[in-house]
Amino acid sequence: MDMQVGPILSALRRHKAGAVLIALQIALTLAILCNALFIVHQRLSHLSEPTGLDEANIFVIQNEWVGKASYAQLDAEARADLEVLRRLPGVADVTTSNSYPLRGAGWDDGIRLHPDQLTDTTGATVYFADEHFVRTLGLKLVAGRDFRAGDIGVMAAQDRLDPSQVIVTRALADTLFHGDTAVGRTLYLAGSPATIVGVVDRLQAQSVARWAADFAHRVVIVPRRLTSTLGTYYIVRTHPGQLAAAMRAAPAALVARNPRRMFDPRMGVLSFAQVRERAYESDRGMATLMGVISAVLLAITAAGIVGVTSFRVGQRRRQIGVRRALGATRHDIVRYFLVENLLVSGSGILLGVLLALAMNLWLILRFGMQGLSPAYLAAGVAVLLLLGQAAALAPALRASRVPPVEATRAG
Amino acid sequence: MFLHYLQLGLASLRRNPLLTALMVMSIGVGVAASMVTYAVFRVVSSDPIPQKSSRLFVPQLDNRGPRYNRNGEPPDALTYTDAMALMQARRAPRQTMLYQVGLSVMPQQPGRLPFKALGYATFADFFPMFEVPFLYGRGWNADGDDARAPVVVIGRQLNQRLFGGADSVGRTVVMDDQAYRVAGVIDDWNPQPRFFDMFSSNGYADPPQIFVPFNFAVAAGIETYGNNSCGSGGKRGSDRESWLRGECVWVSPWVELDDAAQVQGYRSFLEGYARRLREAGRFGWAPNVRLRDVRQWLDYRGAVPPESRIALAVAIGFFIICLVNTIGLLLAKFLRRAPEIGVRRALGASRRHIYLQFLAEAGMVGLAGGALGVLLTGVGMFGIGLVFQPQIACLAHLDLRLVALSLAVAIAATVLAAFYPTWRAAQVQPAWQLKSN
Repeated sequence: MDMQVGPILSALRRHKAGAVLIALQIALTLAILCNALFIVHQRLSHLSEPTGLDEANIFVIQNEWVGKASYAQLDAEARADLEVLRRLPGVADVTTSNSYPLRGAGWDDGIRLHPDQLTDTTGATVYFADEHFVRTLGLKLVAGRDFRAGDIGVMAAQDRLDPSQVIVTRALADTLFHGDTAVGRTLYLAGSPATIVGVVDRLQAQSVARWAADFAHRVVIVPRRLTSTLGTYYIVRTHPGQLAAAMRAAPAALVARNPRRMFDPRMGVLSFAQVRERAYESDRGMATLMGVISAVLLAITAAGIVGVTSFRVGQRRRQIGVRRALGATRHDIVRYFLVENLLVSGSGILLGVLLALAMNLWLILRFGMQGLSPAYLAAGVAVLLLLGQAAALAPALRASRVPPVEATRAG
Repeated sequence: MFLHYLQLGLASLRRNPLLTALMVMSIGVGVAASMVTYAVFRVVSSDPIPQKSSRLFVPQLDNRGPRYNRNGEPPDALTYTDAMALMQARRAPRQTMLYQVGLSVMPQQPGRLPFKALGYATFADFFPMFEVPFLYGRGWNADGDDARAPVVVIGRQLNQRLFGGADSVGRTVVMDDQAYRVAGVIDDWNPQPRFFDMFSSNGYADPPQIFVPFNFAVAAGIETYGNNSCGSGGKRGSDRESWLRGECVWVSPWVELDDAAQVQGYRSFLEGYARRLREAGRFGWAPNVRLRDVRQWLDYRGAVPPESRIALAVAIGFFIICLVNTIGLLLAKFLRRAPEIGVRRALGASRRHIYLQFLAEAGMVGLAGGALGVLLTGVGMFGIGLVFQPQIACLAHLDLRLVALSLAVAIAATVLAAFYPTWRAAQVQPAWQLKSN
């Protein structure tokens, strides 16, 4: 391009205000856009993270007992319930646990490798399980074995948690043993030794909150049925296509066996798809909000560039006429305004990169977010450069249609 | 005269409909984004009990020690042992302990299904301390705390469901197979954020419907419906009795202290208590206690969700961009009218008049933008539920204050944005403009 930048710069110096405003607007837009899109990415990225479950065929019942019974009675009731559910048409398998992935809350505990260790090696989610747990959830056992019926014990929430055997996730095994064989090794859960009998490929924690992100897949499964007066969860896996029918039949069948129970109207019976939706509700909402803001922001900035560039063209009709009279082609005029716009938006983008990084730093310090990935910065820069040029194109074309005769008019 | 300028402004806005529409939309969406996010922020950052928030305190006691506590902070709740010790010491004019309970309510009418009611096990001082409004009856008195009598205070919704809203004081509610005598019915009461239970809730939940005496609940073995945090060092016990005496924390404590001297006194009492426990061998570390008032406590527990702060910050940034955009557009609009300005100046209008005229015009833009902003804020309120949890979303609403604020912000911001373009307009040299054209 044989375009001389010198004249453009001197023209810009004479009409600073419009240029500075466009640059400023581009800078601020870039800063917000990069960070907003980065937030969208972060929120959406774990939205599709697999839990390790056969999600399409699973639903969960939150069973709350009425009245007050002994722990032995509660356990007998739960086992009778499991039998009823297992006999329902379309049901493949059923298990009972204290919680399940994405539920939001449950039991977390510290894991150590030695009895005399002073602090935890890592935190982990604890799922209580019977011999049907691994099969019902559809977990993939990659080493060792599943629990057998004889391994399963019963405990109340305030009893000592001291299983002699546990199953762990691959993520937890890797954290503890760095790739060495985990089966047969001992870990200390809440101070008590337990032998690892099996490793499952993947099983997500109950919380998707950011504080739990570090141990999102570090899970230890203990062979215990947890009995609580507060109630229990039944996790049901159906044969493909039978989910809806089984979800309708299950509560009725349980009430028919023993009516002294409650299902919360909102939370009582949830398909895993609903569980997933609830767990990521705020993430999806935040992503939507940021997406909408980004889109409107780009539209506003584009409109602003069109407006101000039109004004700058209007201001210089006579100058354009003179150039045209002196032999500049329409092409030259378009190029002039586009290069001018490139210089203005370029300086805006430089400032914008700094602002984007500063805003990201604030998000990191204040909310523990991750560092802005350079790809997002690059994408933001590209989008705004293209947007700026596209927005300036229409006014530049209009400028090119200024007839040379304009030079002779007063003004 | 000013009215005349407003009319002029209106006329001018009509002359350039596209540019005007662009500015009005820019201000409108900017204001709406800020106001919707502010409406949420205003709720989550509000003081739930403004008349007393500086007199209610949470005592905290480090029973984990420097190795196991989090960043040097004591846990956010007390062990049963410490809770009982603080209650028995009675070192504050009022004090209470609480933990969440969820009980099955059995309606007396035959054929009705049982349902769950959530609430708290607490002490008599709870009701006067937190200024709980009563519809019928009242809370139990201090004797009720120790009588271990099964009484209950129920919420308005539960009273409606069980007794059709009638005065139910003295009647019986059966929960978990236990008959409770109704001592009082409270009116709608649900402070947001729920400052008194930031340990087991995130601060936003449906109104609590049952309150039962703490000592009775513990003796009856009613399990906590809330959190139980044992840390990774302390004794947990191996059954309910030893768990109660162990180092797991699950009881939220509150004390009411009326002046600085009482606060100081309570703090030294806490330190003395921790020191005695060290001498007794339970703690192997120097006293580490806290005494936070409501606002400090909410701040410490992070009552304002990060979503709300981030959304507000991004929306304000967005509004600033809209304003910069407006400055550019106003500049374009005003300077395009240089000839008109020249004529007015030549006919005797002073710079002051030009200022007034153009600021009035900007004010009209602001007003129109604000009106659009209010409209969009109303629309945006429906979208809040997408971003925030339902209990928060239903609290944010478009009230008269927010409407007034939207309009004021829109007009003030636009007039502010108009200063530079107006200044430029006022600089127009009449002679130049008259010479050309």
